[in-house]
Amino acid sequence: MIPMMFAISIICFIVVKLEPGSYISQYMDNPRVSVETVIQLKKTLGLDKPAVVQYFMWLKEVLKGDFGYSFAYQIPVSKLIWGRTGWTVIVSLFSMLFTWLIAIPLGIYSALHQYEVGDYIASILGYIGLSIPDFFFAVLLMYFMLQMGSTSVGGLFSQHFIGAPWSMAKFMDMLKHIWLPTVVIGTSGIAGLMRVMRNNMLDVMNSPMIVSLRACGLDERSVIWKHAVKNAINPMITIAGMSLPGLFSGTIIVSIILNIPTMGPFFYNALLNHDEYLVMAFLLMLGLLLQIGNLIADILLAAVDPRIRYS
Amino acid sequence: MSEQKILTQKQKMIYAFFRNKLGLIGAVTLTILYILAIFAGFISPYNMTTMHNNYRYLPPVRVHFFDHQGHFHTIPFVYGLKQVRNPVTFAMERKTNVSKMYPIHFLVRGEKWSFFGLFKSNLHLFGISSDAQMMLALFGTDKYGRDFFSRVLYGGQVSMSVGLVGVAISLILGALIGSISGYFGGTVDLVIQRMIELLMSFPRLPLWLALSMIIPPSWPSTWVYFGVVTVLSFLGWMGVARVVRGMVLSLREREFVLAAKLVGQSNLRIIWKHIIPNVMGYLIVVATLSIPGMILGESALSFLGLGIKEPMASWGLLLSEAQSISSIALYPWLMIPGIFIVITVLAFTFLGDSLRDTLDPYKVAKRS
Repeated sequence: MIPMMFAISIICFIVVKLEPGSYISQYMDNPRVSVETVIQLKKTLGLDKPAVVQYFMWLKEVLKGDFGYSFAYQIPVSKLIWGRTGWTVIVSLFSMLFTWLIAIPLGIYSALHQYEVGDYIASILGYIGLSIPDFFFAVLLMYFMLQMGSTSVGGLFSQHFIGAPWSMAKFMDMLKHIWLPTVVIGTSGIAGLMRVMRNNMLDVMNSPMIVSLRACGLDERSVIWKHAVKNAINPMITIAGMSLPGLFSGTIIVSIILNIPTMGPFFYNALLNHDEYLVMAFLLMLGLLLQIGNLIADILLAAVDPRIRYS
Repeated sequence: MSEQKILTQKQKMIYAFFRNKLGLIGAVTLTILYILAIFAGFISPYNMTTMHNNYRYLPPVRVHFFDHQGHFHTIPFVYGLKQVRNPVTFAMERKTNVSKMYPIHFLVRGEKWSFFGLFKSNLHLFGISSDAQMMLALFGTDKYGRDFFSRVLYGGQVSMSVGLVGVAISLILGALIGSISGYFGGTVDLVIQRMIELLMSFPRLPLWLALSMIIPPSWPSTWVYFGVVTVLSFLGWMGVARVVRGMVLSLREREFVLAAKLVGQSNLRIIWKHIIPNVMGYLIVVATLSIPGMILGESALSFLGLGIKEPMASWGLLLSEAQSISSIALYPWLMIPGIFIVITVLAFTFLGDSLRDTLDPYKVAKRS
């Protein structure tokens, strides 16, 4: 995991440094900022040194927990990112929950009713969910909500709850808003998950284990729910870890449209502003979240499936 | 009496392909869409960039066969427009003018268009006479009064080629890197595999966004197009590389590779001449299945204003006009490009799935 993070940090750094123009060079065009100030600023930030030196300077600070300075917001990056990261995780988790709640039962259903009408309908619906771009789906849902007379679309809270302390009412208000991004982001994952679940379920249902259980006279309900589903669902945990990148991608674009305080809109603005340290910090955070997610998936898998042992 | 026919491998594949209805639907849909995109100049009644200042935000025009008295016309027609002042708000409003009818002519002369710079023509598949008090805007118009139908068709040229070009680049990259990784093995393999894992595990969109910022804003739009394609394929080759590596690992030990080695052929030549052709079928499948991702990626980038830029058009860019709540509420037809994206992506997915069933080497082996 640590070498992985190291590699990710290199990629983040290279990508950001390759971009033409920087926030500092925007100062150059600003008549209110003197050339001396810019040179001084470059010196204090170490931007006059070669890229490799800059990288290690940055890395050293990051390891200390200091992600640098946001030019656009005029405050340290570390003050900006944690809240956003939190919301990203929350929205992603909600979306994942949504995907699972829809995809797993659908997958089981289509496996048990293979080649029947329901199976086809489920897979076609899944395909459509897969094909709709997240941002278009968000726009479409917004349109339908407007048609139905809703006035506040987007955001996470109603007007009067913004900045208010946490309370039950605020939480309920959040739930009223968060379903929209959740549905939009979650939909694209349903098809894939459903198909894997269907295949797993079919494999298990055709295994000798099920035959012998049936031969023992177990009723069909417990054959399916106690044994087949239990076996088929295990591999899904790995899939959950693998679906994280897609979820994060989804949160970014959907948040930009629906104006949700995740990393998305922030990252986008930072990119447009050439706010280098902020961009690098966000990319790094995404990488870290992914690594943690995969680690959790691995641990869960070992906990759920006693056959798997990491040595 | 049924005669038992002996089919060659190819015939079997064609037969299997035609048996898959969804795949066939996908192939037909794509053919139609590509024809629409390639011949956009001929099919669209207007040029993509011509601004019609009198017809800003014109809703999609209805084509009629029956006039308001219920008479049937063999030639479809559209009604004219008239400006009416609203008696309450005093705002100018558009009303259909049923007294003016403009029949739709086929093969009419209109604005000049050029076929990818090869030749120029002013013949259009259909249109109404140029002095009509109306625009034949099948999908409405945008804020500059540009015909949205034409823009969608021209946008298709970009959106539908991005996938193909991007996949072509990532195929070459992936095939090369994958075969190097599999063929040489050892440390090279280890490093490349770790790199692939890293790139695959990272969310693609943020990296795409960050990479597309590298494209200088001063570039002309055609260059930007290739820049975007390169950015897209930069994160698209890993799947191909994985597959190729696996195939190469199994092929590496085969007799014909050993023979080629003994004859003294170079490593690169063995990879290109003997190994790549063997994994071609599978590569095509992987490529087809990765096109939708590219199309979605391009549209997302353009939607956010970091991809294709004006005067070029792509479906994502066209959709970006439907970004704000007010514009979707007032001008819902601006969402039409999204439907095209969905249809295209669906068609590619169906086609890819069908091709996989057809070309899957394991399945083919089972069938024969």
